[in-house]
Amino acid sequence: MTDSYRLGVDVGGTFTDVLLIHEQSGALYAAKVPSTPEDSSRGVMHGVERVCALAGIDASAIAHLTHGTTVATNTILTASGARVGLVTTRGHRQILQIARSFVPGGLGAWVVYQRSEPLAPLELTIEADERIDARGQVVQALDEAALRAALTRLAREGVEALTVSLINAYANDLHERRVRDIAREVLPDIPISLSSEVIPEMQEYERTVTTVANAYVRPRFARYIDNLATEVARRAPRAKLSILRSDGGLASAAAAARLPVKHLMSGPAGGVSGAIWLAGVAGHRNLLTLDMGGTSTDVALIEDGRARLRRETMVGDVAVRAPSIDVRTVGAGGGSIAHVPNLTRALRVGPQSAGAAPGPAAYGRGGELPTVTDANVVLGYLPTAARLGGEMGLDVARARAAVQTIADALGLGLEAAAEGIYQIANEHMFGALRLVSVEQGYDPRDFALIAFGGAGPLHANALGRLMGSWPVIVPPGPGVLCAYGDATTRQRDEASRTFIRRFHDTSAQEVAAGLAELAEQARAALRAEGVDDAAQTLAYQLDLRYQGQGLMLSIDLEADELDDVLTLAGARFDALHEQLFTFALPVAKELVNLRAVALGPAPTVRLPTVPVRADVDAARYAEQRIHVEGRAHIAPVYDRARLGAGGVIAGPAIVTEMDATTLVLPGHSGRVDPHGNILITPDA
Amino acid sequence: MPAQLIETNTTPLARVDVDPVTLDIIENALRNARQEMDAVLFRTAMSPGIREQHDEFPLIANRDGKMVVGQFGSFIHGFIAAYDGTIEEGDVFLTTDPYSCQGAISHANDWLVLLPIYADGRHIAWAAMFGHMTDIGGKVPGSLPTDARQIYEEGIVVPPVKIYRRGELQQDLLKLILHNCRLPHWNLSDFNAIVAACRTAGRRCAELSRRFGDDVFHSAMDELLARNRRAMAELIRNVVPTEKRSFEDYLCDDGIGMGPYRITCSMWREGERVVFDFAGTDPQSQGSINFYLNEEMFKMFCGVFMIMVFDPQIMFNDGFYDLMEVRIPPGSLLKPRHPAALSCRTHALGRIFDIISGLLGQGAPNLMCAAGFSDSPHFMYSGYDRDGEWYQLYQIGFGGIPGRPLGDGADGHSLWPSFTNVPNEFLEAYFPLRIDVYETIADSGGAGQHRGGNGVRVGYRFLEPGEISVHDDRWLTYPWGVNGGAPGQRSRKLLRRADGSELRVPSKCDRVKVEAGDLLLFETWGGGGWGDPLARALDAVALDVRRGLVTVDGARRYGVVLDADGRIDHDATEALRARLRDERGPLPLFDKGGSLAEILARCEAETGFPPPRPPEFGRHVARVAGAMPR
Repeated sequence: MTDSYRLGVDVGGTFTDVLLIHEQSGALYAAKVPSTPEDSSRGVMHGVERVCALAGIDASAIAHLTHGTTVATNTILTASGARVGLVTTRGHRQILQIARSFVPGGLGAWVVYQRSEPLAPLELTIEADERIDARGQVVQALDEAALRAALTRLAREGVEALTVSLINAYANDLHERRVRDIAREVLPDIPISLSSEVIPEMQEYERTVTTVANAYVRPRFARYIDNLATEVARRAPRAKLSILRSDGGLASAAAAARLPVKHLMSGPAGGVSGAIWLAGVAGHRNLLTLDMGGTSTDVALIEDGRARLRRETMVGDVAVRAPSIDVRTVGAGGGSIAHVPNLTRALRVGPQSAGAAPGPAAYGRGGELPTVTDANVVLGYLPTAARLGGEMGLDVARARAAVQTIADALGLGLEAAAEGIYQIANEHMFGALRLVSVEQGYDPRDFALIAFGGAGPLHANALGRLMGSWPVIVPPGPGVLCAYGDATTRQRDEASRTFIRRFHDTSAQEVAAGLAELAEQARAALRAEGVDDAAQTLAYQLDLRYQGQGLMLSIDLEADELDDVLTLAGARFDALHEQLFTFALPVAKELVNLRAVALGPAPTVRLPTVPVRADVDAARYAEQRIHVEGRAHIAPVYDRARLGAGGVIAGPAIVTEMDATTLVLPGHSGRVDPHGNILITPDA
Repeated sequence: MPAQLIETNTTPLARVDVDPVTLDIIENALRNARQEMDAVLFRTAMSPGIREQHDEFPLIANRDGKMVVGQFGSFIHGFIAAYDGTIEEGDVFLTTDPYSCQGAISHANDWLVLLPIYADGRHIAWAAMFGHMTDIGGKVPGSLPTDARQIYEEGIVVPPVKIYRRGELQQDLLKLILHNCRLPHWNLSDFNAIVAACRTAGRRCAELSRRFGDDVFHSAMDELLARNRRAMAELIRNVVPTEKRSFEDYLCDDGIGMGPYRITCSMWREGERVVFDFAGTDPQSQGSINFYLNEEMFKMFCGVFMIMVFDPQIMFNDGFYDLMEVRIPPGSLLKPRHPAALSCRTHALGRIFDIISGLLGQGAPNLMCAAGFSDSPHFMYSGYDRDGEWYQLYQIGFGGIPGRPLGDGADGHSLWPSFTNVPNEFLEAYFPLRIDVYETIADSGGAGQHRGGNGVRVGYRFLEPGEISVHDDRWLTYPWGVNGGAPGQRSRKLLRRADGSELRVPSKCDRVKVEAGDLLLFETWGGGGWGDPLARALDAVALDVRRGLVTVDGARRYGVVLDADGRIDHDATEALRARLRDERGPLPLFDKGGSLAEILARCEAETGFPPPRPPEFGRHVARVAGAMPR
């Protein structure tokens, strides 16, 4: 058997992390190179070269290259997508203009509501004369001549991508396909997205928005993937390129380029997958993840080594129907700005952020407003000796001046104001963590908290205390975690179909037969990706609800549970409904979707160990005055690179590494495990 | 006799100092808990009115019943004052009777659930929520009879009762109530969902109380109320003058041939308190358009509106209530006497917001919004389908957000918090109809520097014979413009029969028969315009035209001349703007589309309907409250 390698790549704002795994032995090599924002594929290939050199192999030995990317998300957040044309059914042209008539916020919020422009402008939206009814019957045939004329006008307007979303297309895609065929003649060179392909589900607004979002990010995303694929083909010709999906699965480069809307959460999904894998090695399968960056924080809940999924994805104020790992984002990050409104004199933190530019006051890049990072500096949690991103220094005087404005407004001392900012930021993250745990019926005390991202380890211990979630796990190197996720993700294909039936209108046999058919589709897809049947694992899911409800709950089933599938799934549904909402109902249950999932084998990876070194004194290189809950402490500062397995750091203490700083609070200790993770627990 | 509170732990809660950071944390946590109430409800309710349209209002109140987070302000004190019984841990109360809770809810379709929250045997807070039931029985499907004269015709009315007694559901009672409803499984699951939402809030409050200590939690809620009061006191001092200002607006008709009905409100400041006086409002209607307005709820409407207009940073709660006094004449349209019919109160409820806007805006015209989509038009369709199964749809429509100081009003949006439309594919899958048209109406938004939002045109194609009901307003009086902005276009309904004949449908009616193939065009109204239309940016007008939101003809109201492709003719535009400027008089603060007399005189020619008769007020207006047995 020849040697083969898998490679994971994560592109961050500052660094690109690359991880190489020898598939036969599980041996692992990591490299960190600067990111190249103008064309990320250059940084990626640079990292690939570096890590191959480290392992002493040729890039042609790489069999799988897996990548999580934020390109799709950023395209929406920076409004830099394509000029999208939209085709709707006659009478429904203003679907995005009406946007379900929804005004966010409370009573009277319409007074201040600033509506964002739809991703497909109304002036580029045309109507097709056609109609299909809710049962999929054609009520009115498509007027092809009129459509051709309208498309010609769109061509003159210079649309760069086209979306087709017709009423009831989820029930019959006949007219959408015909529109596509005609559009290909009129607009030969632009990508066309059909709602019946992207998301064949009921609810015209959600389906249209999702399909439009797909069209909007598609040209740029596809270009990025194509560039990367070309580079990969040139340098690592045997490597199969896979892109991480929002739901934590993998898609081929070609599928990703066609359906980028399924990759909006590709980046965070990598972090969550990495956290699952890394914490799993450390023996923790129930986890809360905390990924705190500069402007926002992502949190997720992992139960028994599996992330919760949800059926929609939020990016900014765009909500799309695409399954994603249930990652909740709050606008609290290191750059979040603190302020005190005049009338209420209340302390507020975020959602405005100083971002990377001008950045926190302490960065000395022109930022003057007080941020969470500045509060951390004032409190001494970010020691002046810390090396942010390797080279950046910290301007303590600027940070103090900025936080002083809050202290003055509140009539508090400087440290008390800084502590207030720190705690309010924690409260925002606490709210998000509760959303994924307590509010879903989980007790956070049954979960460990794993923290990453540049700012996560500074707040992790405090949040662990708020949640009662122990230990708090701080893995080494926050960026590399995502690359772990990329490299260790199992191949996964699913097949599903809408199957709306009341329980008493179907039978276990019919459902089992439907699932078997879907299973065969999922297996075939995985076979096509090179995973033979013996290496595959199958799992099943039913989406259920009480008839008349809007929600769906996904119920998991194993292959040997299909004989009595309705009874089993029904009982699990009642129990889950009761857990989530405090009641079950004595009414008919309804099936909505059937789903089969085929999983490839889990890759073997041997996580590197750090040398055993119980003595931590050698790693101690400075002291720092810090403030915790109104009291000053002298905290030793440790260099993480010099800590060994078995070392115990007594809080208060600070641990620094190249791109993160960990705070251990008084009354807590951090123990270094064999893989270099710091596990923080309260002292007995 | 007021309710008697029972606690197993009688240690009084102490008032302690709460540091500002803890206070903010508790405020955030309570806000999260309130959002969680919504989330639980939307996911588990079944009626489209609640699960898709979100016709519901949650709150969390302190021990005394003052709302700390929520939307409509607290009504709990009214319940405590009126409920003659005990309140114990595990109890859950239900009422649907506006007359038994001082108008906390204003028609019997709204089911109000109240839950006292206990921690360690002490009562620490309240959770409450009400939601609109699609049907509660009575004489018409949907239980909103246009021609009702008494509340007894409007379905089942439940006085305040313990629906859970110390944690145990009173099955018989619930069975009795559900037995009176046309769609009992919807009522059951919506009721369960509301209780589950309140229980969620209860758990969160108990957790907070444990985390920070009962005394801190209790004191923090008080302090949050005090903080809001301080901010509002400053706001009131700054924006409410001591001299009296008045504003009036109208409900177009009562659905039984009479109208318009006047609502008048005056406002002035006495020291730090502001007084609102509805003297001059018409007496109660003989029909069902009466709106039993709770004074505290009106304070919340006003307070929220002031906050949104003047300083959206303020978190609103009940803290400022003693800074406002509200006077509503008994026996008036806004304080009808039992047993006046109340079901169609939605028009007056909506109109109150236009009145608040006009009243407050006179002092600060630049911050004033125009008249908006001040109603919740209802559409109902019911009957037996070809399989003999009963179908019944209740749906709320939307229209144009008014022109605002901040910019244009959104087209076809909701003025109510968290409301959304029902997806048309959902309607088509579950009801025998097709939505042939779903669009906003070009030019229906009032012209202005900031344009009013367009109203909505929905084309319902019926696939089965059945009956429809329509409840709407502003077909006669106009959604007014401000600061030189023009009024928006009024509402209308047209039934296009399968045989080609056309029928104008009045704005309020029940039991109109429809046949398979008939098409109802249900058109709501646009928002009023804000500011001088001739000052609107040319590009904005041209873009609206290219988008089909304003027509080439409609653009002339802005003095803008365009060709069919939406290209501006700059010379012609300059000339037209100059001519319009010369011809018109000074710009009015309010443009109501003419005087009421003028509007009535033009009524038949413009709307196809004769003007309504002046309202006759029944003898019950003079009756002393409470003389009739409940």
